[in-house]
Amino acid sequence: MGSAYWQGFRAGAPFILVVGPFALLFGVVATEAGLDIVQTMAMTILVIAGAAQFASLQLLVDGAPVFIALLTGLAINMRMAMYSASLTPHLGKAALWKRAIVSYFMLDQGYAVAVAEYENNPARPLPDKLAFYFGAISPIAPLWYIFTYVGAVAGKAIPPEFALDFAVPITFIALFAPALRSLPHIAAGFTSVLVALALAWVPYNGGLMVAAILAMITGAAIEKRMEKPA
Amino acid sequence: MSDTTVWILIITLGIGTFLIRFSFLGLLGGRQLPEWLIRHLRYVPVAVMPGLVAPLVAWPAATGGSLDPARGMAALAALAIGAWFRSVLGAIFGGMAVLYLGQYFLG
Repeated sequence: MGSAYWQGFRAGAPFILVVGPFALLFGVVATEAGLDIVQTMAMTILVIAGAAQFASLQLLVDGAPVFIALLTGLAINMRMAMYSASLTPHLGKAALWKRAIVSYFMLDQGYAVAVAEYENNPARPLPDKLAFYFGAISPIAPLWYIFTYVGAVAGKAIPPEFALDFAVPITFIALFAPALRSLPHIAAGFTSVLVALALAWVPYNGGLMVAAILAMITGAAIEKRMEKPA
Repeated sequence: MSDTTVWILIITLGIGTFLIRFSFLGLLGGRQLPEWLIRHLRYVPVAVMPGLVAPLVAWPAATGGSLDPARGMAALAALAIGAWFRSVLGAIFGGMAVLYLGQYFLG
């Protein structure tokens, strides 16, 4: 385990605070929805994407057809196609099986800290970049499994005073805020917020996809304009 | 909700989610991407995550979808700390601290 792995590990460690309680909550919710331990763990291990797990399970509980639950879960995870594309310039040359493992563990938190590191140090060799990535997910993914299990077995609801619902938005803000380091980044962030709010009524997370694409175009266009000598 | 429907959801969502994650990284691999595309991809984190969060801040489910002062201030605190100090941990702690203080003082 080289230093790149431990750098990644340190970058991923803060998310223990959020992933643990969130996983616990999923274990509780899944059990209350009627899933047994095997189903709960199978979902958490196979899907390994919190928001999609919550949303699709809730739909099933509410009596929606299974393909609607599936479609909603996939729509929520569609953002990861963009993560996948943005990791390609950095990790695309890795062996196929390594890229498959990277893909399986593509979590918002691990992705965000890894891609921030790659942008800051683009010249690092591929093995270092991979080691950093696996370091970053090491404190996150096992915790996701373990605390889902604890939640499913203990099955004790977390009191609403803890406002755990808001730990997730706070984490996402903490993930992108440090990346707001230039005018194009800030403009992209603003575009994303405005379009996502304006199109919040679009079903299946469609608004977020449009917002993300427009925000990328905004960022790239401003970056290009700033490069040109005035 | 039968056992079968639960298993169908778990397996199809698991496979589908993996394929989404694998998509570009798996298929494009080491191919050199065009310059304009890389320029756009640099903005993925700040293009996706703010839009994901914005509705959760503006219309939190826990308050029945109405803007909540404590949650709004917590979000702003996390944003300010994260952007200013470039600290993920500081933003999480600061944001949650403001949330708890806001809930305590504002009811």
